[in-house]
Amino acid sequence: MVQLTDVTKYYGRKRALGPVSFEIDRGDTVGFLGLNGVGKTTLLRILACGLRPSSGTVTIDGLDVLRDPHEVRKRVGYLPELPPVYGDMPVSDYLTFVGLLKGMSREQVARRVPEVEEYARISEVRDMPTRTLSQGYRQRVGVAQAIIHEPDLLILDEPTHDLDPVQIMEMRGMIRALKDHHTILISSHILPEISETCDRLLILNDGEIVASGSEAELSERLMMSRRMAVTVRAGAGAAQTPEAVITGVEGVTRVERAGAAGRGDGDDAGPATYRVEGAADLRATVCRALVEAGHDVIALNRAERELERVFVGLVGGAKS
Amino acid sequence: MNLRATGIIFRRELQTYVRSPMGYIVAAVVLLLDGVFFYATALGPEAGERLSGLVLAGFFYNASGLTAVAAVALSIRLIAEERQTGTQLLLDTSPVRDWEIVLGKFLSALAFLSAITVATLYIPLLILVNGKIAVGHILIGYLGLVLLGSAVLSIGVFATSVTRHQLVAAAIAAVITGVMFLFWELSQIVGPPLSRVFAAFAIHGRHFAGFLSGLLHLRDVVYYLAVTYFFLFAATKVMEAKRWE
Repeated sequence: MVQLTDVTKYYGRKRALGPVSFEIDRGDTVGFLGLNGVGKTTLLRILACGLRPSSGTVTIDGLDVLRDPHEVRKRVGYLPELPPVYGDMPVSDYLTFVGLLKGMSREQVARRVPEVEEYARISEVRDMPTRTLSQGYRQRVGVAQAIIHEPDLLILDEPTHDLDPVQIMEMRGMIRALKDHHTILISSHILPEISETCDRLLILNDGEIVASGSEAELSERLMMSRRMAVTVRAGAGAAQTPEAVITGVEGVTRVERAGAAGRGDGDDAGPATYRVEGAADLRATVCRALVEAGHDVIALNRAERELERVFVGLVGGAKS
Repeated sequence: MNLRATGIIFRRELQTYVRSPMGYIVAAVVLLLDGVFFYATALGPEAGERLSGLVLAGFFYNASGLTAVAAVALSIRLIAEERQTGTQLLLDTSPVRDWEIVLGKFLSALAFLSAITVATLYIPLLILVNGKIAVGHILIGYLGLVLLGSAVLSIGVFATSVTRHQLVAAAIAAVITGVMFLFWELSQIVGPPLSRVFAAFAIHGRHFAGFLSGLLHLRDVVYYLAVTYFFLFAATKVMEAKRWE
C-alpha cells in the first residue's frame, strides 16, 4: 500500500528526515513514534502529498506521489495536527465543501455527510460554525473530513493533540473502529497513544527510523533485560523466603521488593510483590520455583511500561 | 478545462464574504464614501453647475479610487489567511490544481466587488433622471470600474500568495498598485520614449480616461485583462512553488 525508498527531506541545508525506507501493507495500522521535532510531521506530510521529498521515491497504492499527486490525493485522507477547519463554516457545509473538493459528486456528498457526522458523533453540532466548537469536537470534525471520501489510506498526525482524557479515550475508540476500513498511519510522541491502537510501530529519532515492529517484537528485540512483577503469598512451611527462591532462579539478575500488596510483610501473612529482572522471559521458571518451594503465586505480569523503557532508551538515550 | 474545483472554491469564498463582517465593512465604507464624494462634488453648496456628462465622469473617477482600495482590502485575506489558519494544508492535499484555487478565489472577490460597485448605481441613475447622459456612458463607466477592480484584485491575489501575513500582503498590493497609478503621473513628467512606456503601463490615466468619458477602446480592455492575467499567472506560479515546500 505504501512504499518509501531512501526518502529524505532537507530544509535548506538542514536535514529534517531520512533517509528512510519502509513498506506498509494494506489494512495495517502503523504508529510513528518519536519525540517532537524528529520528522514525524514531515514524513506524514510527504505521504499526504503536501510536501515534496528532497530525494527518494514514495508510492501509494502503486502511484508515485510526484508523478500522480492528484490521484494519490484522492486516495489519502489527512488530519494534520491542527484540524484544517474554516471557522466561519457550519460543520455540515464544511464537510460538504471538503467532499466536493476531494472529487465526490453532489449525490455522494449528500449521502456521505450524515454518515460521517454520525460516525464522528458530531451530528448535534452540524449547524454550528466550527470556530464555536470545543477542541474535542473540532478534532472529530477533522477526522470526519479526513474520511469523508472513503480513502484507502488515512493519515492522522497527533490525533489526540490537546484533548482531555475522556476525549482521548473517545478518539482511540474512533481509530479502532476505522481500522476495519482503512490503512491507518498515526503519529504521536506519547507511547500509550500508539501502542494501544497500532499493529506496528516505527520509532523515529533525528529523522531516521531507529526501530520498527510490533510492541512484542520491539520488546523482544530491544530489551536488554526483561522485567516482571510477581505477587506471592509466602507459604507457612516454606524453607526459603520468596525473595531467596526468586534470587536463586538461574538467569535472574535482580530482585526488588515492591512492598506488601496485602496486610502483612509478605513473609508469613499477606502477599507481597517483587520486581524481577532477568536476561530472558523467566515468568514460567520463577513461577515453578516459587510453587515448588511452597509459596503461592497470586499474580505474575510483565512489568508495566516496558515498551516505554525501550522507547526512552532508543530516543532519549540517543538524545543524551 | 474543468472548472468544477474553481466553482467549489468560488462558492466557499463568496460565502465567507457574506458571513464575515469584513465584507460588510468594505461595502459600507465604499458606498458611504461614494455617496459623500458625489454629494460634495455634484450636489453640495460648493458644487456649481456642470454638464451631466462631467458629473458622471467625476463620479466614476472617485469611484475608481475607492474600487482600487476596496479591491486590495478584499483580496489580501484570500490566500494569506489560509496559510495563517492552516487550512491551506487542506487545499494542498486535495486533488485541486493551483490555478483552480487562484481562479476560484479571484472570481469570488471580483463578484463581491462587482456587487458593491453595482450598488452605487443609484448615483448614475440620479444623474440620468435629472440630467442628460447616455445609458451607454453609464455601462462603459461601470465596465471600466469592474476591469480596474479586476486588475487590482489580481495584484492583491498575487500579494496574498507570497506571504502568510495579511498586513504584509496589503503593503505589497498597495505598493504595486500605487506604483502603477504613479506611472501616469511619471509619464507626464519625463520625456519620450520613457513617457510612452509609463503611460502604457499606468493602471489609471490613459487606460481609464476612455471609461470616464464613455468611450470604449479595445486597447484599454485588453490592458486590464492582460494585467489581470499576468498577476493571476504569477500568483499561480507562487502557489505551485509553495505547495510542496
